[in-house]
Amino acid sequence: MADTETAHTDIDNLAASVIDGRRSALAAALNLLDDRRPHRRRDAADLLSRLAGRRPARDNRLIGMTGPPGVGKSSLGAALIGVWRSRDLRVGVLAVDPSSPVSGGALLGDRLRMKTDDNDDGVFIRSLSSRGEYGGLSAEVWPMSLVMLAACDVVLVETVGVGQREADIAMSCDTTCFVAQPGSGDTIQFLKAGILEVPHVLVVNKHDMGQIASRTLSELSGAIAAEHPDGNWQVPVLATSANQQIDVEELADVLEELSITSRQLGRGLLPMRVRGVIGSLGPAAPAGDVRSLRPGRPGRRRQAVGRTRTETGEPFGAIRTLRRLVDEHSNRQESVYAQSPKLPAAPRTGRP
Amino acid sequence: MSEQPVQPDRPWLMRTYSGHSSARASNELYRTNLGRGQTGLSVAFDLPTQTGYDSDHPLARGEVGKVGVPIDHIGDMEVLFDAIPLDQMNTSMTINATAPWLLALYVAVAERQGLDPAQLQGTTQNDVIKEYLSRGTYIFPPEPSVRLTTDLIAYTVQNIPKWNPTNVCSYHLQEAGATPTQELAYALSTAVAILDAVKASGQIGEDNFATVAGRISFFVNAGIRFVEECCKMRAFNQLWDEMLLQRYGVTDPLQRRFRYGVQVNSLGLTEQQPENNVQRIVLEMLAVTLSKSARARAIQLPAWNEALGLPRPWDQQWALRMQQVLAYETDLLEYGDLLDGSPVIESRVRELIDSARAEMARVEERGGMVACVDNGYVKRELVQSHTRRLRDIESGALRIVGVNCFEESAESPLTGGADAGIMRVDEQAEHAQIEALRAFRANRDGRRVEAALASLREAATGGANIMPASIECARSGVTTGEWSEVLRGIFGEYRAPTGVDIGGSAPTDSTAVEALRQRVRATGEELGRPLRLLIGKPGLDGHSNGAEQIAVKSRDAGFEVVYEGIRLTAAQIARAAQEEGVHLIGLSVLSGSHLELVEAIHTELEAIDAGDLPLVIGGIIPGGDADKLRSWGVKAVFTPRDVDMNAIMHRILDIIRQHNGLAETA
Repeated sequence: MADTETAHTDIDNLAASVIDGRRSALAAALNLLDDRRPHRRRDAADLLSRLAGRRPARDNRLIGMTGPPGVGKSSLGAALIGVWRSRDLRVGVLAVDPSSPVSGGALLGDRLRMKTDDNDDGVFIRSLSSRGEYGGLSAEVWPMSLVMLAACDVVLVETVGVGQREADIAMSCDTTCFVAQPGSGDTIQFLKAGILEVPHVLVVNKHDMGQIASRTLSELSGAIAAEHPDGNWQVPVLATSANQQIDVEELADVLEELSITSRQLGRGLLPMRVRGVIGSLGPAAPAGDVRSLRPGRPGRRRQAVGRTRTETGEPFGAIRTLRRLVDEHSNRQESVYAQSPKLPAAPRTGRP
Repeated sequence: MSEQPVQPDRPWLMRTYSGHSSARASNELYRTNLGRGQTGLSVAFDLPTQTGYDSDHPLARGEVGKVGVPIDHIGDMEVLFDAIPLDQMNTSMTINATAPWLLALYVAVAERQGLDPAQLQGTTQNDVIKEYLSRGTYIFPPEPSVRLTTDLIAYTVQNIPKWNPTNVCSYHLQEAGATPTQELAYALSTAVAILDAVKASGQIGEDNFATVAGRISFFVNAGIRFVEECCKMRAFNQLWDEMLLQRYGVTDPLQRRFRYGVQVNSLGLTEQQPENNVQRIVLEMLAVTLSKSARARAIQLPAWNEALGLPRPWDQQWALRMQQVLAYETDLLEYGDLLDGSPVIESRVRELIDSARAEMARVEERGGMVACVDNGYVKRELVQSHTRRLRDIESGALRIVGVNCFEESAESPLTGGADAGIMRVDEQAEHAQIEALRAFRANRDGRRVEAALASLREAATGGANIMPASIECARSGVTTGEWSEVLRGIFGEYRAPTGVDIGGSAPTDSTAVEALRQRVRATGEELGRPLRLLIGKPGLDGHSNGAEQIAVKSRDAGFEVVYEGIRLTAAQIARAAQEEGVHLIGLSVLSGSHLELVEAIHTELEAIDAGDLPLVIGGIIPGGDADKLRSWGVKAVFTPRDVDMNAIMHRILDIIRQHNGLAETA
């Protein structure tokens, strides 16, 4: 056998093994989604539709984390992973690093900051190069996150963001967390200028930096809008210190509450994702190319949905299947949520 | 006219960095070396001892007694100095993260020899900052590490006044690629960080601070550009003198003297025509001895065959004889400073001083040396310099005889013997050490050990000086692993920045590089996705230059490279390879533990159904071992002989192509 990816030619088996949580299968599935050869792309589309059918990702969370370089996202990610593992959740991570515009090569090296226990089968990390999409998400992130969701309870997408490209991650994930650097005015400027799409949670990391961090915290609280565009709740602003484990539990709680809230607001996870998939299929997207399965901006999305409905060609079969499943799933979801107890509102701000 | 007999200067301390297999074997070696005229000892500890693991710890597997002597407890330390009265010895210990512990053991052994520890003379390297940048035997995060460093300094200044508590090292910076300017700037910035920390600790009174400054010594490298190296030493002299006077107000000139020891450069030693290393070593020794006003206090020379493997006693004897010929046969020590007043020397020294000051200012702007370790600034600068050096070797701009010019050679009679010209560590040494350790643990007073560890814990959390509690641990039979484990629990562990995130090479690169990138891209397209490599550094060995340079080169060639830094376990490497979907694993091992580590990684890969992944390895790997590794399925073995990075990349591509059933050329 030449490559691990050819060990799973049978897509049904592969899907089943991914759902069973077999690590070698998840690795092979991610390799498959990375593969640009036409026959492999068809397999990939097949795999995605099977996974969506087999495991409604209702309770799974897809969390985006972004922020400027050096702000401690990986360490914070590691601390969150620790909390999730202690709550017995299986965690998948997609970590995106910038690639070299000259050679196309990339250095991917944040795994060890994220993973502390070598023998823990409950954490799976795949690093990705941004592959030319400088500062943003590579095209593979979206389909890969769907596969990871089939195998993991929580999927964290971590990427360097310094401005406009946070939009990408906000569109790709259910809950977006922006990590800000104490003492840096950039985030506030971005917010005020409307460049930074409003994240669902703002985190001031390295809170152990004391006064500077407290000031940033209060500035941020003042700078964000009273309500998030997704619904009538206030964006929480939290302070954490990944190195000293301060308040990371609280951040995990807030993320949990937010994903519940966003479901209640109809931002249901799977529907949202598939809306994104459909939205991405602009005229430029090659037929059946799973690598193009990524969300577009809201305006484009509506137009694209209209276009998609007029398509009849086979390449969109997988997507149609997904869509049907989503609709069925949404109906089921409503009845589930109707019985949910009233949940506490997300906290307004973190501790100073 | 009859000549006056001249009273020559006293020669520097002559040492050989040595230790291997066991305390018993090392003790015999020390006594032999002393018998041959060596005037001090330089102890090499094995990697488990340096990184705080007992010999029976899983991470120590394959490393016990390899690059130095294993010291698990006071019993080992006693055997190491058996029949060597410590009050008459000047002992240098290359020990950093666990320096307080090894000094504690040394003190406890002195007590058992019936001596007053206050008389002890010697040096603990005790410079963890450069470990984060080059050598890799750090354990704790920078802040508690600096605290341990200052505790040792404060303790010895007050209790062992003739001890050199820290040897601020520029040696390893040069090994990691530092230019003379960088060596000067980063070593002196480290000294500033340490002195500031001592001051801030409040352990030393204002009136005693000059004494501390006077006890700081340095450990410097000397490379083959010996005129410039000579100037570097003079620049060190001046900068240190000025700094102590102006920044710290040390008024006594004696306390401002730049006191340093030297090991000459190992980076430049070649595997090709290894006999040439002898003249390299001699020339490098000249750089640190010619100038009387900037002469080394202690010298240890590497052996000619370091790039091949571990030197034998005869190789070490040869290195010692080089020093003896210079000191006792030549007239060098009969003269005053030969270089004073030379305008050429003076102008180069001035340039170095100016550029070093500028770099020190950049470090200070970025928060000082400790911050610049943590934020990766200094490491990136070093990786950058080293990358430049390798590119120059590749292009021929930097000439190395026998490597990229004058390569033709007659067969060497030196490497032809049954041992291939190197020493093999006794295969049974690890097993015997573990047996002895277990017996030692079984026979000690468990309650006394517990009490000593409790005091250590209290000192570590409460902020009391760590030395008294550590000495009590040493007396009580605590082990190296136990001492370290207590501190790991309190201080946590650390991973230093790898520094490989430097900018890529310019688009104007040579056609050879463009051709390589083209081939990487094409192969990736044929296989459906970008080519991915895992560069792994397993085991405790922290010499990461090779791995870093391969990682940078692979990135520049267009690979997606997963590189995580040093000290990975076999399980981490195997799992990372699988999770990241890489096409090939490249390992780097310089500690001599390549056989054990490859075996362990292979087992882990099999356990996760990834046994089929192609594996290559680079390091100081003797020919016989290379054959063995290939017979186990390792696809390629690279050694210091392989200096052409493009050729290495093409070889890796060949392997990936062949493994995936692609035609040979792309």
